[in-house]
Amino acid sequence: MSSISRLALLAATALTVTAGSARAQTEITWWHAMTGANNDVVNKLAEDFNASQKDYKVVVAYKGSYADTMQAGIAAFRAGNAPHILQVFEVGTASMMGAGKAIKPVAEVMAEAGEKFDPKAYLPAVAAYYSTAKGELLSFPFNSSSAVMWYNKDAFKKAGLDPNNPPKTWPETFEAAKKLQANGHATCGMASAWITWLNIEQFAVWHNVPLATKGNGLDGFDAVLEMNKEPFVRHFKNLAEAQKTKVFDYSGRTNTGEGRFTSGECPIMLTSSGFYGNVKANAKFDWANAPMPYYPDVPGAPQNSTLGGASLWVMGGKKADEYKGVAKFFAFLSDTDRQAKLHTESGYLPITLAAYEKVKASGFYNQNPYLETPIKELTNKPPTAISRGIRLGNLVQIRDIWAEEIELILNGSKTPQAGLDAAAERGNVLLRQFERTVTK
Amino acid sequence: MEKRTVFSGYAIPLALLAPQLLITVIFFYLPAGQAIWQSFQLEDAFGTVSQFVGFENYKLLFERPEYFKAIGATAVFSVLVGTLSLALSLFLAVQANKALKGASFYKTLLIWPYAVAPAIAGVLWLFLFQPSMGMVARLLQQWGIPWDPLLNGNHAMILVVLAATWKQISYNFLFFLAGLQSIPHSLIEASAIDGATPLRRFWTIIFPLLSPTTFYLIVVNVVYVFFDTFGIIDAVTHGGPAGATTTLVFKVYNDGRSGGDLGSSAAQSVILMVIVIALTAIQFRYIERKVNY
Repeated sequence: MSSISRLALLAATALTVTAGSARAQTEITWWHAMTGANNDVVNKLAEDFNASQKDYKVVVAYKGSYADTMQAGIAAFRAGNAPHILQVFEVGTASMMGAGKAIKPVAEVMAEAGEKFDPKAYLPAVAAYYSTAKGELLSFPFNSSSAVMWYNKDAFKKAGLDPNNPPKTWPETFEAAKKLQANGHATCGMASAWITWLNIEQFAVWHNVPLATKGNGLDGFDAVLEMNKEPFVRHFKNLAEAQKTKVFDYSGRTNTGEGRFTSGECPIMLTSSGFYGNVKANAKFDWANAPMPYYPDVPGAPQNSTLGGASLWVMGGKKADEYKGVAKFFAFLSDTDRQAKLHTESGYLPITLAAYEKVKASGFYNQNPYLETPIKELTNKPPTAISRGIRLGNLVQIRDIWAEEIELILNGSKTPQAGLDAAAERGNVLLRQFERTVTK
Repeated sequence: MEKRTVFSGYAIPLALLAPQLLITVIFFYLPAGQAIWQSFQLEDAFGTVSQFVGFENYKLLFERPEYFKAIGATAVFSVLVGTLSLALSLFLAVQANKALKGASFYKTLLIWPYAVAPAIAGVLWLFLFQPSMGMVARLLQQWGIPWDPLLNGNHAMILVVLAATWKQISYNFLFFLAGLQSIPHSLIEASAIDGATPLRRFWTIIFPLLSPTTFYLIVVNVVYVFFDTFGIIDAVTHGGPAGATTTLVFKVYNDGRSGGDLGSSAAQSVILMVIVIALTAIQFRYIERKVNY
């Protein structure tokens, strides 16, 4: 009995001592949405940073899906206890940019703390996406991905297709899917996760056609959607046609349908390059990825792809000393070796040029060419005024609207033209509403 | 004769009422007032700027066909879930009330789902009916039914109705069972001796005597389908396909939380509150008359 109470006393003392030393440190909270292997990466980063110095302590907390994390951050800000660092997916970028004093630009955080910080060190596609029109970096790029086409090499062989020469254009892809369907994939010749991101957002940029005016929103919050035109209409006509025979099979709005690829059911899956870890762990067949297909008669296609993934936003209203800690942590994250390691472990893109060059020089891509596909897509051609990216307010909600209209097109309730007209019209209502609530 | 206590003065009655009043004010009047206030505002998600816009949020709702579609979906969903969960649980309660071997075992199993969180219940049904890996979905496809809740609105509606009903059956079952057990056996035995068939005994004796329980459950179930089902819908269909399962309460939740559009969400919740208050008033006014206490 007495030994137990002594143990308890010891534990209590230990706790007090730890708590005491923690109090001397400034705590930096970081809310994120990373799961599985990438969750471990986040924890390791925080641990390494905390071990590397004594003044600051980064405390990480997992807050659910991307949307959940953003909502948690917003709710916490309203309640006056926002974290210092909030991971926000690319869809939420415009909303964060319009958030006024709720956020603090990363460039400002770094300058005030006197940390060395060069926006030019980042991949241009990455830095441009998270910067203002004037080139001021607003959020810290963390995990970036792009959209690619994953395919099942074994299924290709079985269907008499060349596994080392995947289809490049949409007509070729539909043909391949037909052949695959006839050879053991009756329920699904091909599929797409993130239905709107792949078939509207990336589709627009990859074909260098405008999704919205004002450079897809990058040049102003008064952008107007104009995706009820060619080649969008033709693409959805083809998808609806293929849906009837299950040459293409709709797999939901998010990435919950990705399992249909790893299980072997769907031999072609269009989704994020961040799917890599999952494929590597779960696919029991030979696989590869290729750039997204395009319509060859669209002038300039393929152009370049745009970013997915997330960046780290610094929330407003914190103490100067805490911002110093945030700046130190970001400087720590930008380190070339650390970036290179992050890239090869997580499958997300390297976000600094130096890290990319380093990984390239190491010969890593010779064995892992599928990790380079998204980089090649992003840098395929220098970005034009309409292929720089997409930055639309209320995009989380607008995506839901688009998905609703796509579902109506795919189940035959609406013609592609009528569905896309409604998608643009309903989306514009939300864009105008967002415009009215923007602070700046 | 009714028993009445006459208090002298207001102090004691007020003190006795205070705890209940306080709870009602804190948990109903304050939030409801806040919702009404919020419904007249246009605000960004972070709450950094807000402006008074009068009835604009309401006006916008009724200009959109989506809102009327949600009202239609709510009507279908609530009638189906209400009827099914009450009818099935009454049936189960009558069966479990018979002298059975292992009756308490069945009762425990039937009450179990009540302890399951709505989202988990949703995911459970989603797994069974997911087109490419769900056990039931595969069976349906083998029978030649092109089961596809991702694109077929009716299939999606069936799925959320099943999940929401299953979740509510336990609660109804418990109350029906308690109601049944309080019906005097002598009444039923007497009618049996008079030669009434089991079905006749049920409709002329048991069902009327159960009416207070049934009435209570109707009120509670209406509140359940109108307010408590967004978690299940969010997990199973996320309101899709194309808004086929977007009910009013799911829309309140989705527009407010996922969309960050608190003004519209508040306006919708005010409308929903008015609808449910009206429904409850109608129930007390017209259905309660038929209840024998």
